[in-house]
Amino acid sequence: MSHSSSSPSTTERQESSENSLVPAKKRIGDSVFKGLSTGSGVLILVVLALVALFLIMQALPALTTSPDLLMQQGYGPFWSWVIPIAFGTVYSSFLALLFAVPVGMGIALFISHYAPRQLAQPLGYVIDLLAAVPSVVFGLWGANAFAPSVNTAWIWLNRNMGWFPPFGGQASGTGRTMLTASLVLAVMILPIITSLCREVFLQAPKLHEEAALALGATRWEMIRMSVLPFARAGIISAVMLALGRALGETMAVAMILSGANVINWQVLTGTNSNTIAATIALNFPEAFGLRVNQLIAGGLVLFVITLAVNMLARWVVSRRAAFSGAN
Amino acid sequence: MSKRIEAKDLNIYYGKFRAVEGVNMVIEPRSVTAFIGPSGCGKSTVLRTMNRMHEVINGAYVEGKLLLDGEDLYGPGVDPVNVRRQVGMVFQRPNPFPTMSIKENVLAGVHLNNKRVNQATQDELCEKALRGANLWEEVKNRLDLPGSGLSGGQQQRLCIARAIAMQPEVLLMDEPCSALDPISTLAIEDLIQELKENYTIVIVTHNMQQAARVSDRTGFFNIAGTGAPGKLIEIGPTEKIFSKPDQQATEDYITGRFG
Repeated sequence: MSHSSSSPSTTERQESSENSLVPAKKRIGDSVFKGLSTGSGVLILVVLALVALFLIMQALPALTTSPDLLMQQGYGPFWSWVIPIAFGTVYSSFLALLFAVPVGMGIALFISHYAPRQLAQPLGYVIDLLAAVPSVVFGLWGANAFAPSVNTAWIWLNRNMGWFPPFGGQASGTGRTMLTASLVLAVMILPIITSLCREVFLQAPKLHEEAALALGATRWEMIRMSVLPFARAGIISAVMLALGRALGETMAVAMILSGANVINWQVLTGTNSNTIAATIALNFPEAFGLRVNQLIAGGLVLFVITLAVNMLARWVVSRRAAFSGAN
Repeated sequence: MSKRIEAKDLNIYYGKFRAVEGVNMVIEPRSVTAFIGPSGCGKSTVLRTMNRMHEVINGAYVEGKLLLDGEDLYGPGVDPVNVRRQVGMVFQRPNPFPTMSIKENVLAGVHLNNKRVNQATQDELCEKALRGANLWEEVKNRLDLPGSGLSGGQQQRLCIARAIAMQPEVLLMDEPCSALDPISTLAIEDLIQELKENYTIVIVTHNMQQAARVSDRTGFFNIAGTGAPGKLIEIGPTEKIFSKPDQQATEDYITGRFG
């Protein structure tokens, strides 16, 4: 309590009630902020739950109907319909990541640790600008400009490296192949990877960078010893966000690929697996009844894939939590 | 091991700003030299030129000569990476690599130097360095746990182990105890006394008692005012600097009349 005195006067009692430790005083700012942040946290959960609920409710008829009925009124038996497009979704996204992750991280490292400052900033802006291009534009560009111009290269690859299974098969005559679509997807997710990685790389502690340099590390060794380990969780988050975008990308894929309901590992042929999002977009305007349910069930599968991939990533990050440097 | 350092007309710049001017001094091998002086007088800057860490900062450069056993560290064609492998450094705040285990931290520099070291040699090197840093007994049972789990003083000794695992010629210490408690500080000071049998040690410190306790020679740096370059006022045997220095400014500083 307050400083002791032999005879507590009125003023002192008042003071002690103001400064007393019990009961704890309610502070408005604290409760408002707590309410706001808790509210936001709950809100996002509610929205997600509602989306999941909608997907499940609407998908249920398609999942429970007999394959025969789906054959007549839908797009065919559910699993044999959804597995090829799920494959197409994952395959095209995986290929896109394969191209975009090394390039994106390379650009980010260049901006954060190699480029002179005068170059680094404009380059950062340009990359961020890529993120602002609507996906329809990427689709148009991919289908009408990019595909024709890489067609000859694809034919060459097919002829000379056809022994490598993904490059085998009958090459497409239009260039509108899985490889083209994946490359366009890669360009679309590049800004996500680059921006996020750049931010994390820039935050790598000077302390650890200097520790590495003082041990006689070259710049690349310094990056490997102190920047990349520090950025590991951030890189994985960036890749997951990018993967999310690639998995859900609709317009660009729909415009570039003329998809078929097949599972095809070959990336240079004219027969390509479609993606879930593109299938939904292309079919939804004319769909009715059970077909709508089947498309939504496809959406549910996409939802589950994305969720699974994200949980996998979280698990990967948490495995080495003790070594993350957060302690 | 252990080499002599000689600075000749050393001017140190951050871009256009001249941070330190006209440093001339000789640092003898197998001795401890302490740099003291008020904040911003350039003692850390001088220290960082000795392993070419100064130039890591954008626009920073050096004029004059800095000789390591007669070899100019700033001569044409000198690779800063090789300089840093010979001149180890311990920083103000302990900075073990958080993503590495204790053992990986100790061997971090060794792995850079020669990629292929067999397991037995690695274990031996690791133990030797940790013993050298007086840390072995405390960590020998948890070499594979993260280095960031140690206490501050232990982390700093881990950083010293990491530096001496490279068997450098010179060990630079930039206020190595300023983030540590008195017990850990004492441990590091004792360690410095042992290390000077093998290494040339240069230590920057804000703590004048520490300089008096650990060093053989002391250099006093000062600045005329904000924006003016720092200067080496005088350097000499520690007893002399702390009892009857040649310069009035040194005496004022060590007797606490300013700074």
